Amino acid sequence: MNYTNLFRIAIRALIRNKLRAFLTMLGIIIGVASVIAMLAIGEGSKQKIRGQISSMGTNMVMVMPNMQRRGGVSLGSSSSMVLKYSDVQSLRNEATALSAVSPEVMASGQVIYSNQNTQTTIYGVSEEYLEIKKLEVLSGRFFNTNEIKDMSKVCILGQTVVTNLFGAGADPVGLSIRIKNLPFLIIGVLKDKGESGMGQDQDDLILAPYTTVQRRLAAIDYINGIFASAVSEEKSPTAIAEVEEILRRTHKLKESAENDFRVMSQTELLKTVTSITDIMTYLLGAIAGISLLVGGIGIMNIMFVSVTERTREIGLRMSIGGRGKDIMKQFLAESIILSILGGIMGVLFGYLLARLAGSLMTSHAIVKTQSVVLAFIVCFIIGVFFGWYPARKAANLNPIDALRYE
Amino acid sequence: MNNSIIEIKSLRKDYHVGEVTVHALRGVDLKIHEGEFVAIMGASGSGKSTMLNILGCLDKPTYGDYLLDGVNVNTMNNDALARFRNKKLGFVFQSYNLLARTTALENVELPLFYNPNVRSRERKESALRALEAVGLSDRMHHMPNQLSGGQQQRVAIARSLVNDPVLILADEPTGNLDTRTSFEIMELFQDLNDKGRTIVYVTHETDIARFATRNVTFRDGKIQRESNVSERLDAREILKTMPVEAIEEFD
Ligand SMILES: Nc1ncnc2c1ncn2[C@@H]1O[C@H](COP(=O)(O)OP(=O)(O)OP(=O)(O)O)[C@@H](O)[C@H]1O
Ligand SMILES: [Mg+2]
Repeated sequence: MNYTNLFRIAIRALIRNKLRAFLTMLGIIIGVASVIAMLAIGEGSKQKIRGQISSMGTNMVMVMPNMQRRGGVSLGSSSSMVLKYSDVQSLRNEATALSAVSPEVMASGQVIYSNQNTQTTIYGVSEEYLEIKKLEVLSGRFFNTNEIKDMSKVCILGQTVVTNLFGAGADPVGLSIRIKNLPFLIIGVLKDKGESGMGQDQDDLILAPYTTVQRRLAAIDYINGIFASAVSEEKSPTAIAEVEEILRRTHKLKESAENDFRVMSQTELLKTVTSITDIMTYLLGAIAGISLLVGGIGIMNIMFVSVTERTREIGLRMSIGGRGKDIMKQFLAESIILSILGGIMGVLFGYLLARLAGSLMTSHAIVKTQSVVLAFIVCFIIGVFFGWYPARKAANLNPIDALRYE
Repeated sequence: MNNSIIEIKSLRKDYHVGEVTVHALRGVDLKIHEGEFVAIMGASGSGKSTMLNILGCLDKPTYGDYLLDGVNVNTMNNDALARFRNKKLGFVFQSYNLLARTTALENVELPLFYNPNVRSRERKESALRALEAVGLSDRMHHMPNQLSGGQQQRVAIARSLVNDPVLILADEPTGNLDTRTSFEIMELFQDLNDKGRTIVYVTHETDIARFATRNVTFRDGKIQRESNVSERLDAREILKTMPVEAIEEFD
């Protein structure tokens, strides 16, 4: 029997039982659709998070104090005070893999404009901060070296602060606000940046000269962190090594001592997050895969029922010249057609599902070609694997017994 | 009438059911020539169906030789037997055995699907010709449940004809039909036989057996009697004298 005939016979047999064929396929459809949708959602959120991390800054290298903790208890506050402005200077002077370095001093407190007030974080930084963090001034200007030197009470507002104090879209440049009861002149407004990958509002901030924040608002002599840009993504690891080497030296750490600071790079963060989202994607895919397996078992189940129910048909086919292998091929073809057809519908359905989920989660669900190809291969294998035993059972029937079957 | 299509020598068939051995056939010798029209008769349980199944290569004898069209069937494996059934034999069953929800035409085409040498156009043409031969070309797109019992049996006969077999085997082909319809089936068989087709059928009814040229009567797994039919009936003549009943075919 040639393959065109085989295909025709199998198709005709399936068409004779349209409803049952469809119900059998349903398991595969749901299985494939959920695998496709899950992989697409996973891939979509991965790319979204990657995008957000990239938008956080330019090849960013971050230095934080290494808070010594034991059993969740901070071992004295001194460990959070290890970074000084002199460290920023050392890095600027010595690190060749860094293109820009800025200190970061944080203070949080109430900000008041006439009868409006809001709670926010004030970041004390230097001019390089804009470039490092990929921030843009929407209106007005950023502060300059003189204002840093003079500890000027000038500030630049993020969009959330603008909205909270002046209403959405207002331009408060030139107005004065009170931060922790000190008057500050608004000299600029930042362009909005949206949520970060960690769900943090990146527009809920005020920027001011680090000197001003350090002395006037926080009253401390250390800085909270250092933000820098590596000259390129490839240079990120070099930059980290340089920073460690320089800071260990300036902090006069002994050979055996642990770092009293932590250095992270955006590139590393990206790698970590990517591997986490990958694991999540595979996990989701595997869970969805179980429903595909159940769908496959559904096919086997129905094929067994079908063989029993069609015993007389099998007997007849044998009596008019069907060999065991012809019967076997017919049932295998039926189960493969069912699973492949179910696979096609499942991919379409999964694609729609992914788009729907994507629009609900405000992230794109991305259906990759690989997962579609994989789905078809898996469906073919399911068709062969779960069709095999029922088909063999059919092929091994004795024609007379099959014809006599009631 | 000299070429023997079927040649059977001291053929036996035993069935083992648990401890008991049933001797369904206990030494049968039979010769059937090309162009013969043979009716197998006998009481229930005398071994008629067993004989026919062996003749149709659906079952193998326990002992004895069976030459079909000059080939010793005993030496063939299952696949070869299937090939043989496909090319040389046509079956007609008491219960028609048509595929449900499948048109008459597709049912008739079925044997040709198992013949790799038949192309799809030839297949359709042969099926149409076979349907025409049984007078049902106007019903080719009907499903079995849209046909009367007699029509269904004619579709089954068309199916048995489609591969141009050397031998047609029918196990009680009129068993489920009323008298008039039975005679119509016999008329069809007589036509086919007149055109040279060899036919062997099983029947309980003596008047149905009288359409054949020869009767073979079984008893307890043995041939009790073989006789040429002396006053052979002509189905067409009888049908002319029979009143057409109201329940017959609607057009
Ligand atoms: N598959 C089987 N297993 C066991 N015994 C069987 C089997 N088939 C037939 N027999 C036995 O063989 C004997 C002959 O059966 P067979 O079907 O040939 O009779 P038959 O002449 O066709 O009868 P009927 O006119 O009722 O159809 C019976 O005794 C029957 O019980
Ligand atoms: Mg019988």
